Amino acid sequence: MNQYYLSHLKELESEAIFVIREVAAQFERPALLFSGGKDSIVLSYLSKKAFYPARIPFPLIHIDTGHNFPETMEYRDWLVKELGVNLIVGSVQESIDKGRVKEETGINASRNALQTVTLLDTIEAHKIDAAIGGARRDEEKARAKERFFSHRDEFGQWDPKNQRPELWNLFNGRKQIGEHFRVFPISNWTEMDVWQYLFTEKIAIPRLYFAHDREVIVRDGAILSTSPWLTLRTGETPAIKRVRFRTCGDMPITGAVESEADTMEKIIAEVAASRKTERGTRADDKRSETAMEDRKKSGYF
Amino acid sequence: MNQLLRFTTAGSVDDGKSTLIGRLLYDSKSIFEDQLEAIQNSSSKKGFDYVDLSLLTDGLKSEREQGITIDVAYRYFATPKRKFVIADTPGHIQYTRNMVTGASTANLALILIDARKGLVEQTYRHSFIASLLKIPHIIVCVNKMDLVDFKQEVYDKITEEYRAFSSKLEVHDIQFVPISALTGDNVVNRSEKMSWYQGAALLYMLETVHIESDQNHIDSRFPVQYVVRPQSKENHDFRGYAGRVAGGIFRAGDEVISFPSGFKSRVKEIFSGSEKLKEAFAPMSVTMTLEDDIDVSRGDVIAKPNNHPQTEQDIDLMICWMNQKPVKPGEKFFIRHTTREVKGILKEIQYKMDINSLQRIENADQLVMNDIARVRIRTAQPLFFDSYRKNRITGSLIMIEEGTNETVGAGMII
Repeated sequence: MNQYYLSHLKELESEAIFVIREVAAQFERPALLFSGGKDSIVLSYLSKKAFYPARIPFPLIHIDTGHNFPETMEYRDWLVKELGVNLIVGSVQESIDKGRVKEETGINASRNALQTVTLLDTIEAHKIDAAIGGARRDEEKARAKERFFSHRDEFGQWDPKNQRPELWNLFNGRKQIGEHFRVFPISNWTEMDVWQYLFTEKIAIPRLYFAHDREVIVRDGAILSTSPWLTLRTGETPAIKRVRFRTCGDMPITGAVESEADTMEKIIAEVAASRKTERGTRADDKRSETAMEDRKKSGYF
Repeated sequence: MNQLLRFTTAGSVDDGKSTLIGRLLYDSKSIFEDQLEAIQNSSSKKGFDYVDLSLLTDGLKSEREQGITIDVAYRYFATPKRKFVIADTPGHIQYTRNMVTGASTANLALILIDARKGLVEQTYRHSFIASLLKIPHIIVCVNKMDLVDFKQEVYDKITEEYRAFSSKLEVHDIQFVPISALTGDNVVNRSEKMSWYQGAALLYMLETVHIESDQNHIDSRFPVQYVVRPQSKENHDFRGYAGRVAGGIFRAGDEVISFPSGFKSRVKEIFSGSEKLKEAFAPMSVTMTLEDDIDVSRGDVIAKPNNHPQTEQDIDLMICWMNQKPVKPGEKFFIRHTTREVKGILKEIQYKMDINSLQRIENADQLVMNDIARVRIRTAQPLFFDSYRKNRITGSLIMIEEGTNETVGAGMII
């Protein structure tokens, strides 16, 4: 007897592929925002599945802060070749050189905030009318109300108080000239779903995500990789630790976790276990001090 | 195999909805420590001797206090048995449109009744919307049992009244459970204080409710979403129809018919990515190839020769009006139905529903925001549809205003 229902991962996959195809059908110049992080890797993989055996009918956009992990860049170039898609790079360095944005200074300087300008400039320059992103609703409170098809006005702004209702699987991508959409196919996925999917579909991910030996410093509880962009404070001495990364952002601001998880199975076990210690204590129980510390160390928020 | 259950909750602050959601997230260990710490702090600041779990969903409350738009918020939790998506909507009358939105994708509705108050207007409204949107399962939680000394008489009276009322609704699966969201009784674990209650705790119900039959597996429908044409050397002649199965089962070799052309062919292959499948059923996203080179494009529907969708231009609907601007017969829209978009006109308002009394209001000349009404529309080209009762995917549509491009109406085909 066959089973005529799907596992939760297959249902999420099917929903995401439907949304991605809807973008290709409703928009003239869509693009996929690729950060090198696990969420955008899943998106690229889903896009490949959605249009097989044809190529993905839209380019990837990478907003290059100039502060990337070398592993991310290596993976990006490999993936682009593998998928046979075009890559559009929006360079934050260029935005700085052109005077569009001003580089932050000081010991904690970051290019994180500058990305937005480069992104909007890139979207405008390439006349992108739908930018597909890997954001998930479980990430934070405001995101809990984000739509799959999220309308942006001609200034690229989101008006959360005036969103279009989104019913069934009927996505309204109609817009005026100059407006665009952000589309979030994996809205309903959680961090755990992403890891489980990467595992069950055997998707290659950057080596950063697996435990490896790395030269790091510990600053304000966060484990940071040494890099040309990390200015050491007095008293900070780099040391080798066995770590992995849970996210894949800019090198100077992405915290690592100490970990021995060097396979996908071990990572999933670690994510599951950390959820228990992170989330599982009862209010009347005494909270484990180390769990909280681990969490802060991970730089998760 | 872990399944996904989407459920909707609706309610005001006072009936304990936020506390219940907080309780489910908390007891299923889906709350982060820093979130917990934050609400512990605010609880003790407010002088409570317990953790006020309603603070976890506080976003919505503060919004209401500020008088800005209240919306649907989605929340997630998982147990070893299932993954849950909660569409959390506020419950006041002016938020009908949000309840309708949240209900449109739900398999199950949680209806909360305050044990002290019994059935109130809001109970009727939520239940009516659940039935209108054809949510297949309802669980009625009689909440705040701690405040009525966990008495069976109170629970029995409320469930009896609800059964009498719900006989007027089209819902086939209704379960009841007495709970206290605040103390956790019968939410995750069976309560020791209500030994008279023989049923399961709420979470167990959510984990085991039979959702395998919620999809239509009888009437085969495949709205074509996108035509895949690689135009490469290796796949020069490949022409695949991508879409999400909306009903029934398609197998390689099946005879199929395409609408509107009426051309017949057979399913050659079914792909999910590069993997070839023997069959596809709702809600799978697949790509199909056909034996014959017939003209099929986005918006067309592939079905079986002995089981056609209805083909009409004059269509009767129940609609929920979702825009500040009222609407009158004669106004034109874009109608989006499955993957098809056509122009349409509101021909006639047959009656409005008073969703509190379930009475019909005849002679309505316009609809305002949050109105629910039976109407007739006419479309510029035919739609290929089923009644919403038969299929929630091929039976639903949205109305988009020309000019502003806003989604202004949600329709369920009768």
